[in-house]
Amino acid sequence: MSTSQALSVTSLKGEVTALVVDDDKVSQVIHHHLLNILGIENHVVGNGKEAVEIHLSGKKFNLILMDRDMPVMNGIEATKKLRDMGIRSTIAGVSSHSVSQERQAFIEAGLDDYHEKPLSVAKLLSVVSKIMHKA
Amino acid sequence: MDVAQLKRQLFAYTALLFHEGFLDEQFTQLQQLQDENNPDFVVEVVSLFFDDSERLLNELAKALDQQNIDFKKVDAHVHQLKGSSSSIGAQRVQRVCIAFRNYCQDKNVEGCLKCLQQVKHEFSLVKNKLETLFNLEKQILAAGGSPPT
Repeated sequence: MSTSQALSVTSLKGEVTALVVDDDKVSQVIHHHLLNILGIENHVVGNGKEAVEIHLSGKKFNLILMDRDMPVMNGIEATKKLRDMGIRSTIAGVSSHSVSQERQAFIEAGLDDYHEKPLSVAKLLSVVSKIMHKA
Repeated sequence: MDVAQLKRQLFAYTALLFHEGFLDEQFTQLQQLQDENNPDFVVEVVSLFFDDSERLLNELAKALDQQNIDFKKVDAHVHQLKGSSSSIGAQRVQRVCIAFRNYCQDKNVEGCLKCLQQVKHEFSLVKNKLETLFNLEKQILAAGGSPPT
C-alpha cells in the first residue's frame, strides 16, 4: 500500500491550508507533494519576503512550513515579521541540523514547532495533529 | 530477461546501494510518496537534485578559484548542497558536505579543495547508481511489469 492510500483515511481536504517557505527547489517539491498527499491545499514561495508579501495580499494559512536559511529574508526574520503582523498561524520551523543556539533563536522568533530537515510523513503528521487540536 | 528476474535485480541493486551508504532512509520516504497519481515523483525529485547539484558544484569551483576566496559564499553553497542531498537520501554526498563546511569555517583552502573533489566524486557515483536504478525500473515497466511499490 502506498503512503497516499494509507493516508486517505486521514484526508484533511479543505480543512487545512499551508504555505511552504523554502529556497531549495528539491525541498519545495517534496514538501508540496507531502502536503498534497495529506489533502492539504498548499502554496509554495521561495523566501521569507515572499511569505510576508503573500500575507500582505490578504491570504491566510493554517500552517506555515518555514525554512531557516533563505536569501533576501531568512526564516527567523520572516517569522518575527509575521508574528508582528498579528499572524497566529501554526509556524513550523524546518531546518538542517544546527547548533542549539541557532535553534533557540529560531524558536524564539515565534515558532510553534521545530523539525530538522528532511521532513518526513511522520514529522508532518505530528505538526498537523497539533493544528487539529488547536482548532 | 523476464519481469521476475528484473525485479530481483532491482531489489538486490537497491539493497546494495543502501548497504554501501549511497542511499538512506530518506530515499525510502520518497519512494513511499510515489503512487499512480504521481508515478514519476522519485525520478522528478532526483532529476531536480541532479540539476541543482551540478549548478552548485560549478559555483563552488568558481568560488574556490578566486584570489580572495569568499568562504561565506562557499559555505552557503555547501549548505545548500548538504540540504538537498539529505532531502533525497544521498548520504555519502551529505557526509562530505559536513566535512566541507568545517573546512570553510576554518578557512582552510586546501581542505576545501580536497572536499570539492570528494563531493564531485560522490555526486557522480550516486548519480550513476540512481540512473542505473531508474533504468531497471523502466525495463520492468517496459516488460509489462507493475511499478515497484
